[in-house]
Amino acid sequence: MAQTTIAGVFRDGLRQAPPFRLVLGLCPSLAVTTAMENGFWMGLAVIFVLSLSEVLISLMRRIIPDRVRIPVYIVVVAAFVTVVDMVMHAFLPDMHAILGIYIPLIVVNCIIMGRVEAFAAKNGPLAALADGVGIGLGYTASIMVIGGIREILGTGNLVLFGHALFGSGLPFEPAVIMLMPPGGFFVLGFLLAGLALWEMRQRRKTAAPAACCTVPGEEAAK
Amino acid sequence: MELFAILIGGILINNYIFARFLGLCPFFGVSNKLETVYGMGAAVVFVTTLASAITWPVQHYLLAPQKLEYLQTIVFILVIAALVQLVEMVIQKVSPSLHAALGIYLPLLTTNCAVLGVALLNVTEGYGFVESVVNGFAGGAGWFLATWLFAGVRERIDGPHIPAAMQGLPIAFIAAGLLALAFMGFQGLFRGLLF
Repeated sequence: MAQTTIAGVFRDGLRQAPPFRLVLGLCPSLAVTTAMENGFWMGLAVIFVLSLSEVLISLMRRIIPDRVRIPVYIVVVAAFVTVVDMVMHAFLPDMHAILGIYIPLIVVNCIIMGRVEAFAAKNGPLAALADGVGIGLGYTASIMVIGGIREILGTGNLVLFGHALFGSGLPFEPAVIMLMPPGGFFVLGFLLAGLALWEMRQRRKTAAPAACCTVPGEEAAK
Repeated sequence: MELFAILIGGILINNYIFARFLGLCPFFGVSNKLETVYGMGAAVVFVTTLASAITWPVQHYLLAPQKLEYLQTIVFILVIAALVQLVEMVIQKVSPSLHAALGIYLPLLTTNCAVLGVALLNVTEGYGFVESVVNGFAGGAGWFLATWLFAGVRERIDGPHIPAAMQGLPIAFIAAGLLALAFMGFQGLFRGLLF
């Protein structure tokens, strides 16, 4: 029983895909997503901080006085962020330079405080871990998609861990604007619109099971 | 002249929203209504300026001499959290209606990347005290300007002329992208003038 609920929590977390569904944690998902790989490392950092903070706070949830819970959460999250910052500085200096202040800014990522307050403070450590990893993976996938689209459109290629996936580049003139700030807004805007469109289609399908025989106009008339 | 460059640079060239992507959640959160923008904008300007003024001595007289720079993130966020609490208490006392209007966004100022971002940027840029405070003010003012302009745009795009899938946030993002495009024009502002 416990197994299924924890798996369920994990799947729910994955499905929420923060920047798309909850529209939270926007700043880094636009600022660092000029390449897919940046998104990957940023996502990894967020998974680490989110899951460990959730587990620790879940373990402490009975001893944290209600009135000072937010400062306690902030200190816990900031401690894990400091760990990530130092580890990245030591082992991935290039990526650390690219991500820059957006690593310490994970502290103020609304996803983390949101999940800690909404989930970890009310659930056991295992469920909290599942939630943290699930949400973190959803977030990573989302920012990698944004980063991938921006990289392909902006450079005509996709470089992952030193390998160019499209050889000498795709046959079109790269639009550099996609790598600049406006490109981030455009890509996320169109992705959200695509998601809304897909959801509308799904809803129409479930709303009218006999969709084969109804004309869209008829349905609206009802 | 240096201070002027920081001021204009912070407001227009390195605008917090359109060039650095700091403080986006409240940017999309409060820009629905023009009135809330004024309150939130004033709070952001006030807090970024104050945060710069307080984190600078903390960094240079407390953390750096003790070689505790690695505690920067934790210490800064705690200082900012205390500051935001103070601002919230003052606003609640002075103007309950504004406090009601800002709702959940005022406590969120703690977790506003613009505030922590400005404190961290002051350190990475190596600014002195006065420069830090000017930079903090400029960052907040730039956020205010961007959100204020965007709220004006958003009131126009809430109409039924937009395809159903684009309504709400998607079109807001694209409008923000167009504004960011316009702000990129400021990047040539100082070239040949100052540097």
